[in-house]
Amino acid sequence: MFLYSIKRLIQGIVTVWFIATATFFAMHGVPGDPLMNDKAVLPEIRANLEARYGLDKPIAQQYWIYLKNMASGDFGISFTQQNREVNDIIREHFKVSATLGILAIVFAAFGGILWGALTALYRNRMPDIVIMFLVILGISVPGFVFAALGQLSVVEINDWLGFTLFPVAGWGTVQHMIVPSMVLGLGTMAFLTRLMRSSMLEIASSDFIRTARSKGLPVTRILRKHQLRNAILPVITVLGPSIAAITTGGFVVELVFAIPGLGRYFVQAVQQSDYTVIMGTTVFYGAFLVFMVIVVDVIYGFVDPRVRLE
Amino acid sequence: MTDIAEAPSPNVPEGAAGTGLDVRSLGQILYLGGIGVAALGVLLWLLAQWNEGGAGEAVDAATGTITLSLGGEPPQLDSTRGTDAVSFNILGHTMEGLLRYDAENRLVGGVAQEWEIGDATATFRLRPEARWSNGEPITAHDFVFSWRKVLDPRNASEYAFILYGLKNAEAVNRGEMPVESLAVYAADDRTLEVHLERPVPYFDKLVAFATYNPINEAFYESRKGRYAADAGDLLYNGPFTIASWVHGASIRLEKNPHYWDAERIRLNAIDYAYFTTDSNAIINLFKDNKTALAGLVAENLDDALQRRWKIRRFSDGAVFFMEFNHREDRLTRNYHLRKAIQAVNDSPELVYRIIKLPGNLPGASLFPVWLKGVDGYFRQEYPLADPPPDDELGRRHLATAMDELGLAEPPTLVMLIGDSPTAKKQAEYYQNLYKQKLGIDIKIDAQIFKQRLAKMTAGDFDIVMAGWGPDYDDPMTFADLFASWNENNRGRFNSPELDDAVDIARSSSDAKTRMDAMSRVQQILYDEAAIVVNYERGSVYVSHPRLKGIVRRAVGTDPDYTGAWID
Repeated sequence: MFLYSIKRLIQGIVTVWFIATATFFAMHGVPGDPLMNDKAVLPEIRANLEARYGLDKPIAQQYWIYLKNMASGDFGISFTQQNREVNDIIREHFKVSATLGILAIVFAAFGGILWGALTALYRNRMPDIVIMFLVILGISVPGFVFAALGQLSVVEINDWLGFTLFPVAGWGTVQHMIVPSMVLGLGTMAFLTRLMRSSMLEIASSDFIRTARSKGLPVTRILRKHQLRNAILPVITVLGPSIAAITTGGFVVELVFAIPGLGRYFVQAVQQSDYTVIMGTTVFYGAFLVFMVIVVDVIYGFVDPRVRLE
Repeated sequence: MTDIAEAPSPNVPEGAAGTGLDVRSLGQILYLGGIGVAALGVLLWLLAQWNEGGAGEAVDAATGTITLSLGGEPPQLDSTRGTDAVSFNILGHTMEGLLRYDAENRLVGGVAQEWEIGDATATFRLRPEARWSNGEPITAHDFVFSWRKVLDPRNASEYAFILYGLKNAEAVNRGEMPVESLAVYAADDRTLEVHLERPVPYFDKLVAFATYNPINEAFYESRKGRYAADAGDLLYNGPFTIASWVHGASIRLEKNPHYWDAERIRLNAIDYAYFTTDSNAIINLFKDNKTALAGLVAENLDDALQRRWKIRRFSDGAVFFMEFNHREDRLTRNYHLRKAIQAVNDSPELVYRIIKLPGNLPGASLFPVWLKGVDGYFRQEYPLADPPPDDELGRRHLATAMDELGLAEPPTLVMLIGDSPTAKKQAEYYQNLYKQKLGIDIKIDAQIFKQRLAKMTAGDFDIVMAGWGPDYDDPMTFADLFASWNENNRGRFNSPELDDAVDIARSSSDAKTRMDAMSRVQQILYDEAAIVVNYERGSVYVSHPRLKGIVRRAVGTDPDYTGAWID
């Protein structure tokens, strides 16, 4: 178990290095650079800027400097927010994205398991048909539509109530968090519902459930100890990557609800060719994703007795 | 074995197994669900402790506070290095230069009490009562320090060029002279003496620009490279100070008690509680009475009309045009081809039937209508004749062009545009127009921000949709745009007559001579069809009925709340 974890960790570090290198060269390969602005600058001013940011050095040297700094945990200073260190940006904004992401995933997992179990119980009957119709809707409608609709509904609800039940945008209090996290988690919830449903049905027809039933175990015990526990496994498998996907994919929700999360920086940095922020956020998210996958593999070992990692 | 596993199992129970199981299973699921809801509640509470925030209503008369949304985090509040609208807006509320614009857009004294601008020198007498937010007086040294900083090559200021009128400024910025050789002196604490490289007839307008703001040297040095990084890393001399700044989330301005003209300021606080560029979020916040002002776009205009809001409009100063590529290897270098496109152009149709946002004006001249001329408005003194579209003339020009270029068929041209919906709508309109009227095919090349800039700089286009916003309140801010030496002349239009006119307009101290020269620039650009002007941009917005005295303007702080009050 320990050896396995170490091995996975080293693999993870190599993966992150690869992500960093690929991003670095892809970023420099794209036309345009962070020093370009709407208004063109005189050549002498441009030279001053390049010297200040070290962009006048050959690319190999820039790469080397970059790797050295990254190894010491320094991602440099943002090009577009010129007084802020990338480390500060990640620290201050990731906790917001993480909060939003955790809530969304809890909401999605909880809802997905619940709806999935329900639809399996009521297979091919009314509740199943209705929920599965909503699930298809949830999977196929893109997140920005839900974000806009969610916000509009909040406005209408507040208008109708005459007071602010949920804030339209912003961040800070519990009320601020509920609607955006629900909107963000909706797609994943729909996906997990479907997964949970098919998983429940598969388990229901398996031999060990039949055995459990024939030896006279109470139905509630079968459901809890055997059926649900086994059916949840595939859901947990996709949960790890989902957490990373949701945390990084919150860009639209963060924009619409004016939430100061990292997702916004991640996307805007690419549009602005903000080299240091692109590198910082990509490496950070890359490492985060790799880490989540490792964690899920380890957790899997605990939940599923069949998997013993050695 | 595998065959059996893959076959649909006959044992799958329909709705588990029997109705008795159904109810109890449902009970189980609901029981687990209940635990989940409770856990979620606890989690929410915990997470709320980790984050902080919350904002008030749009206007709060009791505390004199207004709440607003902002386009984003101000990227750079160091006035020597700032370039963007958001930063300049915050600086406009928290800092003051030698001169400033009043509510009627007239230049009035800021830190300077009296001033005198000649051909070779300018002298500013500072107010003795002007103070920094730590109580120290503002001195002429603060200007000398900040202007040297702007021109110091190591500071890499993008707006350094706006100080190039100062003697030795350009040489200092190139690193050819030490910063001390900049010919700006503090004759005493209250007198700033400026030597000019050449006559700069609009120097009073330049010093109102944020790059000319003063900076307290002792304070700047004490921040050790972190000047302007946070609310506490700035010293303020304007109507407001930054009371709190949560990066990426909110900025709160509060009235500056040390401001020399503090009696003029009636608001106690401005709370920029939301950072977003999303047009729906902006309008929804306004609907919910959470913000006091919201800009409108074409998509939410109908909604605003239905709600019977009072819609206000103003010209934000920017002009949008199609710029032709005049480089050697380009078809658009051909005069008649450009004239053909100009002849069929129909700006009113674009503005009133395609863009359809009130406030925009059909364009003809590079010089927008709000610019001032000798005594009145430039465009009234120097009108530009812009005949209505003439398809016949266009086809004649095209025939000549095809003759000269040796083409058998109308050419295909590449039109470089940004990736906004408005840009695409416009480009498609032109694509259709030129195909119908001239048979010219337009290939639309939509690129995101930096890639578009890279292609513009490299000259990788035939026609590019571009725009220009003014820096200062003089026609000069537009006039030199297509001078052969200007880096922003992306199409490399080159006309010695235009360059001459720009030189005269730049340095003559006689207003009439200058404006005559500007008018020649206007005429050359039209006659040569160097560009085809599409429209002058207007902005429409709604504001809280109780919030009065907001100033919107083309040049300077916009929107300006320094003179606003809650009724």
